[in-house]
Amino acid sequence: MNEPESEIVEKQHLFDNPRNVSLVIGSLYSVCILLFLLDFILHRHATNEWDGFAGFYALFGFTACVTLVLIAKQMRRILKRKENYYDVAD
Amino acid sequence: MWLIDLAPFVPFFIAALLALITRGWIRNLILLATPVLGGIHLWVDVSPGIVTAVSIMDYELILMRADRLSLLFGYIFHIAAFIAAIFALHVRDTTQTVSSLLYAGSALGAVFAGDLITLFIFWELLAISSVFLVWAGRSERAIHSGMRYLVIQVSSGMLLLAGALVQYYQTGSLAFDYIGLEGISGWLIFLAFGIKCAFPLLHTWLIDAYPEATPTGTVFLSVFTTKVAVYALARGFPGTELLVYIGAVMTCFPIFYAVIENDLRRVLAYSLINQLGFMVCGIGIGTALALNGTVAHAFSHILYKALLFMSMGAVLYRAGTIKATDLGGLYKSMPKTASLCIVGACSISAFPLFSGFVSKSMVMAAMIEESYDYLWLVLLFASAGVFHHAGIKIPYFAFFAHDSGIRTREAPLNMLIAMSIAAVLCVLIGSQPQYLYALLPWEVEYWPYDTTHVLSQLQLLLFSALAFVWLNKQGIYPPEMRAVNIDAEWLYRKLMPDTAHSIYCFMKKTGNRAENAFDSTLKDAAKSMISTRFGRFNLAASWPTGSMAFWLAVILGIFLLADAIH
Repeated sequence: MNEPESEIVEKQHLFDNPRNVSLVIGSLYSVCILLFLLDFILHRHATNEWDGFAGFYALFGFTACVTLVLIAKQMRRILKRKENYYDVAD
Repeated sequence: MWLIDLAPFVPFFIAALLALITRGWIRNLILLATPVLGGIHLWVDVSPGIVTAVSIMDYELILMRADRLSLLFGYIFHIAAFIAAIFALHVRDTTQTVSSLLYAGSALGAVFAGDLITLFIFWELLAISSVFLVWAGRSERAIHSGMRYLVIQVSSGMLLLAGALVQYYQTGSLAFDYIGLEGISGWLIFLAFGIKCAFPLLHTWLIDAYPEATPTGTVFLSVFTTKVAVYALARGFPGTELLVYIGAVMTCFPIFYAVIENDLRRVLAYSLINQLGFMVCGIGIGTALALNGTVAHAFSHILYKALLFMSMGAVLYRAGTIKATDLGGLYKSMPKTASLCIVGACSISAFPLFSGFVSKSMVMAAMIEESYDYLWLVLLFASAGVFHHAGIKIPYFAFFAHDSGIRTREAPLNMLIAMSIAAVLCVLIGSQPQYLYALLPWEVEYWPYDTTHVLSQLQLLLFSALAFVWLNKQGIYPPEMRAVNIDAEWLYRKLMPDTAHSIYCFMKKTGNRAENAFDSTLKDAAKSMISTRFGRFNLAASWPTGSMAFWLAVILGIFLLADAIH
């Protein structure tokens, strides 16, 4: 009985429900906080002069990605061309 | 022991020949059985130290030199060829089947080559056999792209041959062992390897051609060419410091491009260069740990890169497009492909328990050991970046993001099986690295799993993910756009043709102008001539051929006469 109905109304998928999306993002936040705190609890031995201080990798990862995206965004101003840029026949 | 001196490329070349004349399930059987039997033979029968040579005229070609380095590449090439063959099992295209078998065979020939001439032969065969996988895309773009690919690849071979001949002239030896950067021959060979290894500015063929090949062809392409180059560099140039810097540049510049690239297979091509960068760094450092790291990373890289290219190939096969702007929400119709893609993404990002983690960390550790602290930071930046573009961007834009409305079917069974095998191996290597470590060429104690390493890696990666979420929520993340981004290929695809074209136009214009000027002067002169009293005579008109012959005869007669009098 349910078969024909499911063909008309598409079934709701996992991330159609905004609550599931928030759940994923929420758990990412909590894991990040946990990992940051673990730096103060677990002993992480320094491999060089920088990475000894607490939160180095967390800070580095976050900053690196933000920098990456911001620079890439600026690169677009110089590098971006139309999709058929190379296709234009002489 | 059975045919222990059978060079590993031979079964693949025979299989290619058989694939040419067979069809249907027999051909499929050949396609699958070749890497399986070849791999088993290599594993069971061939041990380090075996050398096979054939004499052609006075020259001895060393077709097989088995040592731990070449054998490890031999194993992974067989595994990858098997996986890629399953992935391509639905393809009914003789060109692709035959060329992929020849291509895999050539790669095996190259890594087992014991002298530079044998290496050169397989080096060129790699180029020629693989270009058909690009051309099999059959679009006009693919044809042009394949042509550019072929020109660059063949030039790499020419440089290799030139270097080999110079080396022979200087040392009298064509052995393929440590080469180093001494002398012109070393540089020529270095450049030849560098082209195939996609060194910065020499990398354009890769991002140009790989995304144009067929969904299945790209999987083969991603496995062999560049990894043969990594092997060749590890054999010929270990400890060459220049490579550390080249490698560091290779890890960094592609990730910027990958962030703003719309074609997801091109994103993977950029991240391929990024991953090669780690291997090149390891070769440059040259310690046992670093070289083991390079080889281990090549091993795991082949599997997760193939897995990622397979998942994107499956998307292209089903959805008909691979542009991030057109995709999204595919997890609804292709949940299995999505999950397998995520395994590949975790592996390339080097999450603990996945394969990238156990191999990349060796290169990073070697970097610290040899006090390349600043370059280590560069590589750390690239590690965060690779998670950003390959680990998050690829699965996110293809399978999640906004719902593109595309509803299709799950990938075909053969594709799912191929991807599953690769995924299982990624997790197996990542969680049980001792088996891979046991195969590595150099004896070094290394274990990746300790609190420091796991914790720091998780922090790095999850805070990168946090940055992605934050940038997206703030609306800072650059939206996907239908566009191309110019890269070094702009030099020869735009600047050079455009310059040549404008020079041509300028010359033509100048020529026309000069011609016009000359023409009008001549006409004016003719007019003024006709207007004089001489204009009545025939001299001013054009002469018929007969009169020309007549006057010629007269002149010759005068000459004869003058000669006789003389």
